[in-house]
Amino acid sequence: MDVLVSVDWHVIWLRIFHPDHAFARALWATIALSVVAQTLGVLLGLLAALARMSRFPPLRVLSGVYVWIFRGTPLLVQIFYFYFALNPPTVHVLGLTLSSEISAGLLALSINEGAYMREIIRAGIDSIDKGQMEAAKSLGMRHWLAMRRIVLPQAARVIVPPLGNEFNNMMKTTSLVYTIGVYELFADAEQGYSQTFVSDYFLAVAFWYLVLTTAWTFVQAWIERRLAASERGEELGFRERLLAAWNPVTAWARGAR
Amino acid sequence: MNDLVVHAVDVRKRFGKLEVLKGVSLDVRRGETVCIIGPSGSGKTTFIRCVNHLEKIDSGRIEVNGHLIGYRERKGKLVEDSERSIARQRTQIGMVFQRFNLFPHKTALENVVEAPVQVLRVPREQAVADAERLLARVGLADKRDVYPGKLSGGQQQRVAIARALAMRPALMLFDEPTSALDPEVTGEVLTVMEELAREGMTMVVVTHEMGFARKAADRVVMMDEGVIIEEGPPEHFFEAPEHERTKRFLSKIL
Repeated sequence: MDVLVSVDWHVIWLRIFHPDHAFARALWATIALSVVAQTLGVLLGLLAALARMSRFPPLRVLSGVYVWIFRGTPLLVQIFYFYFALNPPTVHVLGLTLSSEISAGLLALSINEGAYMREIIRAGIDSIDKGQMEAAKSLGMRHWLAMRRIVLPQAARVIVPPLGNEFNNMMKTTSLVYTIGVYELFADAEQGYSQTFVSDYFLAVAFWYLVLTTAWTFVQAWIERRLAASERGEELGFRERLLAAWNPVTAWARGAR
Repeated sequence: MNDLVVHAVDVRKRFGKLEVLKGVSLDVRRGETVCIIGPSGSGKTTFIRCVNHLEKIDSGRIEVNGHLIGYRERKGKLVEDSERSIARQRTQIGMVFQRFNLFPHKTALENVVEAPVQVLRVPREQAVADAERLLARVGLADKRDVYPGKLSGGQQQRVAIARALAMRPALMLFDEPTSALDPEVTGEVLTVMEELAREGMTMVVVTHEMGFARKAADRVVMMDEGVIIEEGPPEHFFEAPEHERTKRFLSKIL
């Protein structure tokens, strides 16, 4: 209880209800980093999973080495290495300016995530009955067409729940890129602390991470519910989908693990 | 010669140490329905899977419509064909599986439409019209928008037949099409197959349904331990089998 009594509630109140401009920028950075890194991670994981199943042995080896290295070393080490060794130049894409540290951070997060996603995607593909590929082939479909039209759409349903967990993780893991100077949520808290030595900035930032992951829980529950419905062969109406998405009981039951 | 849809010569196949096909030769003429029967493990399923190259063969040759399946001849030896031409050959050969293997993420109609549109590049409207006609033909016009998960086994297998027919194949292979079905729904699938046979489709059917073989087959082939031991028209085959093993098998199953 001592811990709670000593909390500077004023700081918490300010950080939660009166976020300043720097904070908004930091929150946006965390969200954007998470979404982009996760998306790239999924794409990399998909490529690596397909490479793993390739008929061409060097690709299989490459995929194995990739996972071996990036799951076998600390993400923090990878972030530092990408930043200091690659020292990527500042790039301008789609009207956005990506600083060196953001590029390096994104690269490390995506490539690291890709290694984990490969395993998830491969397991998803493996879980689809072999008869599906055979049926597609017996209809004259070539391997990649069958993969794209028949196997991957079914595997996607298996992949979505663990993918949701990965994204939940990703939102928290992005805090590591604070170490190379990216201004995101944790950097914002750290800056508040270093100026005032009030540790409650960390409590406030924890609250914000909780807001993000909780919001995601609802989104994930909505996605999973929709997938489950279409698997049962039902198309949900708009109203039902809205209800499914905002019904906290089902959301918590499915998403909160 | 031109009349032969399937021409298999001395087909051999082993899985590791187990030789499952020990020299199978079988010709199927256009419009003919051939039923392959035999105890489990006799190689009948493996054999028809070789006919559309879902299994590689170790030696011998299989031709469908005069074209070597799955292999090309190079300097007198057979080498496996490219994926592209194997896929193209398979468009000619419809296959119906024991476990249906419908695409569960697609409706009955979409299951039937998929390959004509994606593989043959048939315009979608035409493919949909064809699919509706085929679903009506197997008695499932009203199930066009239903997902496989909501269909009974017999209905799923009839959709699977429609799906294979949508490619307008020259040959239909059936791999124990009723073995995974409840007894009360095997009839609806067999009826569709009988009609197909009557309309002149060339069919090779691996089955345990002796009633179907008797009624619809032009020829019954008995396989055991990787070889064909006896074949003949159903009247003769069921009334007066020549081979001892055939007699034993029939006495057990009938």
